[in-house]
Amino acid sequence: MSASWLLIILLALAGLGFLLGRNRALASVGGDLRKLHSLPNYYGFNVAMLAFVPAVLVLGLWAVAQPMVIDASASGVIPQTYYQDEGALNLIMSDVRRVAEGLDLAVAQGVLSASEATVLNTQTTDLRALLGGVGVALGSEVAPEVLAAAQKMRVMTATGNWIMTAIVLAAGLGGFLVAVRMTQATLRARNLVESGILILLIGAASIAILTTLGIVLSLIFNTINFFSLFPAGDFLFGTTWSPEGRGGSEHLGILPLLWGTIYISLVALVVAVPIGLFAAVYLSEYASRTTRGFAKPLLEVLAGIPTIVYGLFALTIVGPMLVSVFGADGLGWMQGTRSVMTAGLVMGVMLIPFVSSLSDDIINAVPQTMRDGSYGLGATQSETVRQVVLPAALPGIVGAILLAASRAIGETMIVVMGAGAAARLDLNPFAAMTTVTAKIVSQLTGDSDFASPEALVAFALGMTLFILTLGLNVLALYIVRKYREQYE
Amino acid sequence: MSDPAVKSSLLTTDAHTRRRNAAEKRFRAYGLAAIAIGLVFLVLLLGSILFKGVGAFQQTFITLDVELLEAKLDKSGNRDPAQMAKVTTFGYNPLLDAAIKRATEGAGVENPFTKGKDLRKLLSAGAANQVRQFVLANPDRIGETVTFRLLASSRVDGYFKGRVTRESLARDKNLTPAHLEMVDGLREAGVVAKRFNPGFITGADASESRPEQAGIGVSMLGSFFMMLVVLALSLPIGVAASIYLEEFARQNWFTDLIEVNISNLAAVPSIVFGILGLAVFIQFAHLPQSAPLVGGLVLTLMTLPTIIISTRASLKSVPPSIREAALGVGASKMQTVFHHVLPLAMPGILTGTIIGLAQALGETAPLLLIGMVGYIASNYPGGIVEGFLSPNSAMPAQIYEWAKRADPAYYERAWGGIIILLVFLMTMNIIAVILRRRFERRW
Repeated sequence: MSASWLLIILLALAGLGFLLGRNRALASVGGDLRKLHSLPNYYGFNVAMLAFVPAVLVLGLWAVAQPMVIDASASGVIPQTYYQDEGALNLIMSDVRRVAEGLDLAVAQGVLSASEATVLNTQTTDLRALLGGVGVALGSEVAPEVLAAAQKMRVMTATGNWIMTAIVLAAGLGGFLVAVRMTQATLRARNLVESGILILLIGAASIAILTTLGIVLSLIFNTINFFSLFPAGDFLFGTTWSPEGRGGSEHLGILPLLWGTIYISLVALVVAVPIGLFAAVYLSEYASRTTRGFAKPLLEVLAGIPTIVYGLFALTIVGPMLVSVFGADGLGWMQGTRSVMTAGLVMGVMLIPFVSSLSDDIINAVPQTMRDGSYGLGATQSETVRQVVLPAALPGIVGAILLAASRAIGETMIVVMGAGAAARLDLNPFAAMTTVTAKIVSQLTGDSDFASPEALVAFALGMTLFILTLGLNVLALYIVRKYREQYE
Repeated sequence: MSDPAVKSSLLTTDAHTRRRNAAEKRFRAYGLAAIAIGLVFLVLLLGSILFKGVGAFQQTFITLDVELLEAKLDKSGNRDPAQMAKVTTFGYNPLLDAAIKRATEGAGVENPFTKGKDLRKLLSAGAANQVRQFVLANPDRIGETVTFRLLASSRVDGYFKGRVTRESLARDKNLTPAHLEMVDGLREAGVVAKRFNPGFITGADASESRPEQAGIGVSMLGSFFMMLVVLALSLPIGVAASIYLEEFARQNWFTDLIEVNISNLAAVPSIVFGILGLAVFIQFAHLPQSAPLVGGLVLTLMTLPTIIISTRASLKSVPPSIREAALGVGASKMQTVFHHVLPLAMPGILTGTIIGLAQALGETAPLLLIGMVGYIASNYPGGIVEGFLSPNSAMPAQIYEWAKRADPAYYERAWGGIIILLVFLMTMNIIAVILRRRFERRW
């Protein structure tokens, strides 16, 4: 029985349980509500919960675990002499899965009978043609090892599904019966239901932890895979980046990518920090209420515009504009529309509202008494800002700049569209360079074969990116928090 | 400092004060300039979006009277659909050639072309299919002369929009300057004209060589299904997580861990969520690539921190007196939260959710990794299940895809797509602002 049918049955069971539990509770006190511990609906919910939740948990766990177990034992069928490394095994296993899937389809469509499908032989049947007929295209002829593994997979899946159906239904019915039996006037049904809900709430809150765990694990495992295929030293300290198709790349050094990332982020910060900071100072210290009410939301519109728009802006407007000044017709520094400057300028514009609203909050948090003290000593407004407010707000502003830097490093669309694809170590800001994020995109799009170092390197790049941005964020939060303690 | 020996007056400002006042004025000017620069960029950005994108909503159409000859379209004459379907678009081409020829004669325009193939370059490659679909749907019209409004080819469209000139066609295989002479004549006769093109909003993506046919409709549906997933998952999970953290959690290492995780996830680059989606949902769980379901799951994880942070703020703004009153009349903690606190916090929660959804709608980078770019969204999903599970594109992914294509006609499409995307984002944000204004309570 398929998982969706099981789910429908469990839902029906829960609905039935609700009615039964409620009625049983009411019947146990002869319809006199005052004698019940909880409101009658809680008794119904209690039965529904016990019938549904444990069974669904079992179903979910089983659905996740079964393919893993089956994969592991099916890959055991394939002899070690048949493949060279993990990557090749992964490819074979995806073939195995397709053969198994194709056989199931063939049985479902009536091309093969169930018993015929179990005794197939690669010598006597042309499996590739057979499976092609039911819509499963295979890249090569089916080897006997692959067929054996596929058959084992099918057998195990079939038995696994039967066991799953039995266990899930047993869990559902068991919970149902236990809950119905315990339903009586003195049962503290509300407390039970409420603790169930509390567990649900805790589960929802833990998703944040699970997400982080998912990110870290998927990065770590694939990075380890990558380092088993490619020396870590060459990756971390290599100065050339030139991936070549599938396998056999000698130069996958991260340094040119890191340099591109840092250079572009630097240009972006040089644009965003002065503009954002001055805007924040003006808005919080000088602007009238009306100017502030009109300029601040407008600036924040810049933050709400999707990055793809900035990317297109860089590609089709800023790039050609820069080329007309610095290109071959002008100063001759720029080759194409894509360059560090193109991406950096546009990214800077994107970061202006980010820097200004963060700094605005921080400047506003500086106590008014400090300003009053400065005015009392005869300082002008700008002297107060420069010599009192900004130094007091400095740690917070540094934090804001670090957060902006982390944004810039992690930004993808603008650099994919505006920065170019060539990885190089160059000082010319009008040269095309590429970044860590842009290369993650280019190494992982298109082919879905994750076994080659050229694809796996993207995970190592992702790991680098994750560590960099996490470090910057943690540092920024630490600085901001430390600063807050001074005034509160 | 001024020299005490020099007599100074309060009425005349000395050089030092003048310098200080000048510095003050300069500082103020810097601030104003910074804001002005920011606003100029905003105007530049929005202006160029409008300027470059509005063209995509208009398209050049050629109005032709096509004679639907029975001899060509239905040789047997018994209107058998299977027989008629055998006539491919090639069979329709001669009819179009004749129609163009008649139109040029009617308009009194000189026609230097003898070959139908050259004449047909005025029309989109999809024009024959448009006529064919009409004939297959209305077999009884065969034999009549029907007026069609057909898409012009993208070069002709570019000529109308100023993108294509006679000089730029010098080395172009797809159109010659002689065609443009004809187009000029036909324009005066009213046969060729630029009109509003609903196909851009509702249509499907087209192949690389037919920009005039491409529309954003299918990827809009992809985005819609993705947003359904995001809404269905992130709202309940986000609200449940916030209720736990705000109302029930005790201060201990576990809640600290959750808090740290949420604030860090809010700052993780979106591309990292794409890597997570690729590794967990596609590599590990074998969910279908390019499916809106996967996109929705990834965007859910990305939006959750935003929703949790705003939900917690609105739960916090419900005054404790409400909770105390409910507890006082005998409600349990859970009843207090679900019957009293949550309904009062709902407007704030919805506002935060809409803003989170708007963010998710415009996000592109994670979609690149789960294969929503590069997929040509040329078919509408067949049903609701297919809408979630079959490969599709999404609006920002479609825009990126168009921006990557070589034909400059696609840039215009990309900008046009951005206008549509921004209209959605603006509507969502305005709804959020209205909700906030209308329902926000100050205690």
